[in-house]
Amino acid sequence: MLISAKGLTLAQGGAPVMRNVDFDLDRGEIVTLVGPNGSGKSTLVKGLIGALPPTAGTVTRMPGLRIGYVPQSLQLDGFLPLTVQGFLGLPTRQPARDVDRALTEAGVPGLAKRQMKALSGGQFQRVLLARALLMRPDVLILDEATQGLDQPGAAAFYRQIAAVRSELNCAVLMVSHDMHVVMAASDRVLCLNGHVCCQGTPDVVQSAPEYRALFGSGTQGAFALYRHEHDHDHDHHHHDHA
Amino acid sequence: MRCTATNTITITTIIITTMLDDFLVRAGLAGIGTALAAAPLGCFVVWRRMAYFGDATAHAALLGVALSLALQGPVMLGVLAAALVMAITVQAMTGVGLAQDTSLGVLAHSALAAGLVGVSFISGVRVDLMAYLFGDILAVTVTDLALIWGGAAIVVGLMIWRWQRLLTATLNPDLAQASGISARVEGLVLTIALALTVAVAIKAVGALLIGALLVIPPAAARPLARTPEAMALLTALIGCAATLLGLAGSLQFDTPTGPSIVCAAAAAFAVSAVGARIWSKR
Repeated sequence: MLISAKGLTLAQGGAPVMRNVDFDLDRGEIVTLVGPNGSGKSTLVKGLIGALPPTAGTVTRMPGLRIGYVPQSLQLDGFLPLTVQGFLGLPTRQPARDVDRALTEAGVPGLAKRQMKALSGGQFQRVLLARALLMRPDVLILDEATQGLDQPGAAAFYRQIAAVRSELNCAVLMVSHDMHVVMAASDRVLCLNGHVCCQGTPDVVQSAPEYRALFGSGTQGAFALYRHEHDHDHDHHHHDHA
Repeated sequence: MRCTATNTITITTIIITTMLDDFLVRAGLAGIGTALAAAPLGCFVVWRRMAYFGDATAHAALLGVALSLALQGPVMLGVLAAALVMAITVQAMTGVGLAQDTSLGVLAHSALAAGLVGVSFISGVRVDLMAYLFGDILAVTVTDLALIWGGAAIVVGLMIWRWQRLLTATLNPDLAQASGISARVEGLVLTIALALTVAVAIKAVGALLIGALLVIPPAAARPLARTPEAMALLTALIGCAATLLGLAGSLQFDTPTGPSIVCAAAAAFAVSAVGARIWSKR
């Protein structure tokens, strides 16, 4: 067990956002948190990694657990000059060889000397992924990590995540409202709305009445559309927008 | 041999003592010490958008002056205490989630006003208020110099020691947390360094212009730097150059020294900003 939460309750700005969550994360599984805006997905992630102390319940993390975190958005102040290599060397400076390898693994080789400000949205997210990979994580956390990517680009990104999972034997915890792409890439899905509405394999969750009540039947079609695309893989790689 | 060595040391000591007898040398060294302390910290003030925070802490220095005059203690110690209390208060307030620029504005101006009122209460001693508001670098004593360089050494040492952690926490608090770095602890490190820098800088530029010394040199260095480390070094260089230039200018044109140093820094900023604009258009 890498992370285990029992009766976890979290609040932000004094108001409870997430109530009574029981959750276990094991090595080698890909778990996705879905839910509408404001449903507490990011709050739950913060609680699980220890960035937000619980108001009730407990979170236990494996001793020495290495967490690779790919954040939802990273506001980089234009006033902080930073190369990709410098960014990847925070907080611990990394040898150039390791930096190059991580960038290659993340699908953006040769960016080490670029300024962070000069990257496109897609490149930026992959540099964030490379940063998470550098520390050989036990848990890889992706918070809306495909926002800068188009749909085929996002699908390629998730295939890369699956490859990374098998190579590092880490757990992957993803947060998304990008249902049709993310859900099918997951082993387990938790549907959130201030609490855990329902959970299980993508098939179980998308047919659960609680999920339908939250997302309507419209996503059913999109989900089917994704599976159609997935059956006919046209090898969409690296569709980053510059 | 031993005799010669002792003689060399004695001669060196005499030379240094003679140099320190010159008020200009003392002023220059005080300014350079201040600029060196302000450089790495100023970079963080700019990166973290803490300019108001710096102002509030600097303005509290005047309260410290009033305090140390009342208790007849060393001024720098009083300034350090007042700046520390102010900086920690502000940090605690932002933690509670109060609107930042408003609460900082309230605190900064209140501290300044309360300091001025407090100093006016000190009767008996004739207080040169201008010296505390705008600095009095030409009156720096050897003891002041030792305190300035001691404080600067602590600030620079603290910055070098925590550099990578401070940068990570500045970049993104959640990212830092995931790497086992507490953004709150690093914020506290900066707060302490800021209070120390204010205490170091009060003699050189005074309470009103410390904020300028924190913000202008890094702003001038920014367009020229590609890495945070380069920006900190360039900031130190620009700060030292502005100090010496301001000092020379103030002697030449008989102008107040603190404001002259800030004007020199502002000129460096103008040159760098315009230069960067022209360079990027080529």
